Amino acid sequence: MLTTRLYMLQRLTALIMAPLVLGHLAVMIYAVQGGLDAAEILGRTQGSVLWMLFYGAFVAAVATHAAIGVRVVAFETFGLSKSVLTPLTWLIFILLLSLGLRAVYAVTLSGVLG
Amino acid sequence: MSQELSVSVWRSETNAFQEFAVPAQDNQTILDVVSWIQANSDPTLSYRFACRVGMCGSCAMMVNGEPRWTCRTHVKKVLKSNSLQIAPLRNLPVVKDLATDMEPFFDKWVEAKGVFQGTKTRHDAIEPILPDTAERVAASTAIECINCAVCYAACDSVSGNADYLGPAALNRAWSLVNDVRDGAYEERIEAVSGTGGCHNCHSQGGCAKYCPNDLNPSASIAGLKRKTTRNWFGWGRS
Repeated sequence: MLTTRLYMLQRLTALIMAPLVLGHLAVMIYAVQGGLDAAEILGRTQGSVLWMLFYGAFVAAVATHAAIGVRVVAFETFGLSKSVLTPLTWLIFILLLSLGLRAVYAVTLSGVLG
Repeated sequence: MSQELSVSVWRSETNAFQEFAVPAQDNQTILDVVSWIQANSDPTLSYRFACRVGMCGSCAMMVNGEPRWTCRTHVKKVLKSNSLQIAPLRNLPVVKDLATDMEPFFDKWVEAKGVFQGTKTRHDAIEPILPDTAERVAASTAIECINCAVCYAACDSVSGNADYLGPAALNRAWSLVNDVRDGAYEERIEAVSGTGGCHNCHSQGGCAKYCPNDLNPSASIAGLKRKTTRNWFGWGRS
């Protein structure tokens, strides 16, 4: 149930995610060196355009990549038709994107915009 | 090895396995076992074979749950606790007993544009093809397929996706996209890019594991993924 377009979208988002995952893991290890502290983390991310772009891109790539992956699993496991698969794919994409972007907003912009 | 083999054979009429006792021989293939049952125990048993020497690809069946060419599979190699379970090939409709309907398998060869499209006529000179060019080496890796459908039966992607063209048809397409004499490159790339195309392969490698001719359809499919990616970006053929 994968066409070239969906295949390419999934591979390209994987390419985007690979360095972002490494960056995220590196920052996690760095951030917990002096203990886990919300104020310290927010101090780094609040108002930072760089972190907003970093995690914004991460969320967009994850939402696309995961929605296509779940589409394949749902098709091969439950044999769903295309008329069900397409809305399901979009639903998962929108759900992951909205949850992720809300989190990105919370850690980068909410304190700045009030 | 004991004197008799305990053999379970799938029967479509009862939708169940039927037990047979078959005399054991020192040298004996699975096809010998099936033929003995048909000749001596139950003449109504249906199965398919032709050449008996691993060339025609007619006699593949599931043996102890794994797809095999039965004419070249020795009983000694696959016997488990002196017993054998023989069933029709997976992923294909059953005509009767051990004989499957191969039509969906061959339809997909056609769908994947498995037919060579020549660009010359009999009046043109024969084009010399050097065997060590990159294209010819790639085409040759995939060319010895005998259409036995063992890879098709081994493939979980085929089980999960009825539209999926399958390893054999895509392996054939890989041979042809690398054949410089063929004139249908674009059509073939298009044919392997749809909802049943090469991108639906999960690279599990069951096809390569079970291919009786040691081909690697999984590698051919990976090659098609690279070609279709190049095509998608508009980067040209090679």
